[in-house]
Amino acid sequence: MSDKPLAPRDQGAPDYTKHLHPLMLKNYGEWVSHDRMRPGVLVHTARGGDKLYTVRAGSPRTMSADTVRKVCDIADKYCQGFLRFTSRSNIEFLCGDKNDLDNLIKAVEKDLGWPLGGTGPSVSNISHTQGWLHCNLPGTDAAGSVKAMMDDLIEEFRNENLPNRVHMATSCCQINCASHGDISVIVQHHHPPRINHNNMQICELPKVVAICPAAAIRPAVINGVETVEVVEEKCMYCGACHGQCPSMEIRDSETDSLSIWVGGKMSAARGAPTFMKLAVWGIPNNPPRWPEVSEAIRRILNAYKATGKPWERIGEWIDRIGWAKFFEMTGFPFTRYHIDDGPEALSNLNRSAMIRL
Amino acid sequence: MSGKHDKNKAMTLHTPLLNELESGPWPSFFSDLKEYSKKKPVVVQLLNQLEESYENRWNYWIGKVLNAPGYGGGIIARVSEKADKYPGLANFHTVRVIEPPGWVYNTDALRNLADTAERNGAGILQFHGMTGDILLLGFSDEGSLQCVEDLMHDGWDIGGSGAALRTLQCCVGQARCEMACYDTMKVTKHLTDSFIHYLHRPEFVYKFKFKLSGCSNDCANSMVRSDMPIIGTWRGPMQVDQDKVAEFIDAKGMEYLIDNVLTRCPTRCLSVKGKTLQVDNDNCVRCMHCINVMHHALSPGKDRGVTILIGGHRTLKIGDTMASVLVPFMKLETDEDLEKLVEFVERVWEFWNDNGMDHERVGEFIARVGMGTFLKGIGVEPDPRMIRQPRTTSYIKFEELAPPRMDGEGNKMPPVWNREAEAVETA
Ligand code: HEM
Ligand code: SF4
Ligand code: SF4
Ligand code: SF4
Ligand code: SF4
Repeated sequence: MSDKPLAPRDQGAPDYTKHLHPLMLKNYGEWVSHDRMRPGVLVHTARGGDKLYTVRAGSPRTMSADTVRKVCDIADKYCQGFLRFTSRSNIEFLCGDKNDLDNLIKAVEKDLGWPLGGTGPSVSNISHTQGWLHCNLPGTDAAGSVKAMMDDLIEEFRNENLPNRVHMATSCCQINCASHGDISVIVQHHHPPRINHNNMQICELPKVVAICPAAAIRPAVINGVETVEVVEEKCMYCGACHGQCPSMEIRDSETDSLSIWVGGKMSAARGAPTFMKLAVWGIPNNPPRWPEVSEAIRRILNAYKATGKPWERIGEWIDRIGWAKFFEMTGFPFTRYHIDDGPEALSNLNRSAMIRL
Repeated sequence: MSGKHDKNKAMTLHTPLLNELESGPWPSFFSDLKEYSKKKPVVVQLLNQLEESYENRWNYWIGKVLNAPGYGGGIIARVSEKADKYPGLANFHTVRVIEPPGWVYNTDALRNLADTAERNGAGILQFHGMTGDILLLGFSDEGSLQCVEDLMHDGWDIGGSGAALRTLQCCVGQARCEMACYDTMKVTKHLTDSFIHYLHRPEFVYKFKFKLSGCSNDCANSMVRSDMPIIGTWRGPMQVDQDKVAEFIDAKGMEYLIDNVLTRCPTRCLSVKGKTLQVDNDNCVRCMHCINVMHHALSPGKDRGVTILIGGHRTLKIGDTMASVLVPFMKLETDEDLEKLVEFVERVWEFWNDNGMDHERVGEFIARVGMGTFLKGIGVEPDPRMIRQPRTTSYIKFEELAPPRMDGEGNKMPPVWNREAEAVETA
């Protein structure tokens, strides 16, 4: 680095007013309604009558600088140079002129190759994380598995044929950066961490002892080396210690597997937000295209599509039809591992004689 | 330089497994990076290592620590175990950048990010990290530091990491959504700027996240992903345009209204008389459902503000915690309102950081000490709107009923059971 003085620190968040489409700035707080013109295209109407068109497309989230420039070229041409991203890594081209819409859509689909969709009752883009591309903890990949899953789900993304929206997420370890979704995929480990005692001195021991949720880690001296040991009966293979300390290897390429969880919902519409629940476990971690994951997701979506009622999210649909029906329709085995033994254990039992018979 | 230590060592792309991610209709990050690798040799190394991960179902990144001068976070440093084979990945870090609130961009800014990422590193960008910030991937130690300087020179600032405040994230709010009950972008910027010190310097017992949504549709996913969700809401009646209600009924039919609006209201506070909709506003819990379905006819009420919640986070360590109500309603419009919020947050942080254990998220802290104790600690009165129902366990230590028993001091029953009497006696 040069000897130039350091750039100013602590400048804070960018001034968003410089990043707003002129119609957004002009009508800030004055929007009165919106309509979906077709899947992937929204129009918002302001009090004074201005209309802003949004063309939503699925992005791969990870992009080269050249792709970002291509995106900018399109926004410069049709959007006065303004766009935004959604929380699920969709891109939204913002367009003030209805006459530009057709060309804008053509540019997004043809030049960029990104599909329009993710609006209304559809499967939106999958929230995902780093995976093998760039994290230190992953048991599987992120962007690659999303690509494979979305190839299979693209018609559900492009059309609005589901009872309600489906938010999906996939996470490459149990830290679960991609969080809860209507359908979420997570890696699971099946053994305690393997400790590399010779490497242990690199971290502060109390930190890794403190992070274990099962109080399974304790300081130990092994072969004269100050290190830690794991009480295997207590350990629940969560991998928290691995996140803290690279010498506690939790992953196992032979035995790590994937599980799918359903019914997470953050919105309060119709009922309080809900956590996702275990649907199926023991799915092989099978790169490069993870076909078993796609197959399992397809089964959930087919059942949801067949019997879900309008506006029911996946969790609400299962609440109505019951878990027995869910397992019957999807063909996933219901096992003793589906019965909770965590903090919510007792309240997750059916504490009534209310049963569909 | 050339040979083993050449970061740009020429290498041919060998990716038989990854090539399978080129077929199919969804945009492929791999095809993009493959094309880009012709211009950026280090990306060939990255993809070849990724190919090995695919082959062996194994990961080759290890974490390390690197900070820009004056900052204690914001760079996520990664070194490759295969640096001998892929020298360009010996140090290959991520820089977290604070996004414009609501993820809105002008293209000058985006081009600037692309240029900065390309000039100083591998030229790979992610929109966005799940935390909400922009991620720029693939910098050496030097490249990271230069990238950070360049970014800050151009008016950007870098994100948080470690036991610190994280970059905030908010929904598009009033910039393009008619549901928004407060100015999410403005509040996000205000909180970010007010607390920027805590974002850049890990001084907490553990991380702290805010996520801000303009209504309880919660497009910012705040409820389980943030320690303090701030969600827009309103007091008093919602706005109903009865002409539009009639239009809705004419277009969709009465049956649709009954099946999809009236019976889906969680507190059954909607009814219909002729073609007019009646709302029992006292019992509406602001869930947003009817407004979502009939958004031409219904909208949030005029007296708007926020509900502040506390304690959401994902499973580590005590299992998932959903955030719960801390402040049922507060106005968030004026500068004074914003200052009140900043002071309130500082009070929460002080109690949590003084009493929380190492690595204890605020939700875990509340689970350990109890919400009652937490409220007392931060000086907030208990409110029935904070709970789903009162406790069902009868073992309780009542401070009021357990005055000292020794030394002949009185043990008279204070009048705690009656609301009015309590106000007089214990105020
Ligand atoms: C070495 C330590 C860690 C680093 C470097 C790190 C880094 C990151 C990164 C880069 C992301 C964004 C991922 C993406 O979008 O691709 C992320 C998100 C996330 N991380 Fe971490 N992480 C670390 C430890 C942890 C731990 C121990 C937890 C659990 C308590 C955790 C929980 C999360 C969650 C829940 C998210 C999602 C973000 C959100 O919802 O706001 N991380 N982290
Ligand atoms: S889910 Fe786990 S492995 Fe994946 S990016 Fe997050 S911390 Fe890393
Ligand atoms: S895997 Fe989890 S439970 Fe097991 S020792 Fe590590 S932190 Fe503790
Ligand atoms: S959270 Fe509410 S206000 Fe914000 S974008 Fe979503 S619907 Fe609009
Ligand atoms: S917002 Fe929700 S609770 Fe209120 S009237 Fe509408 S459906 Fe009922």
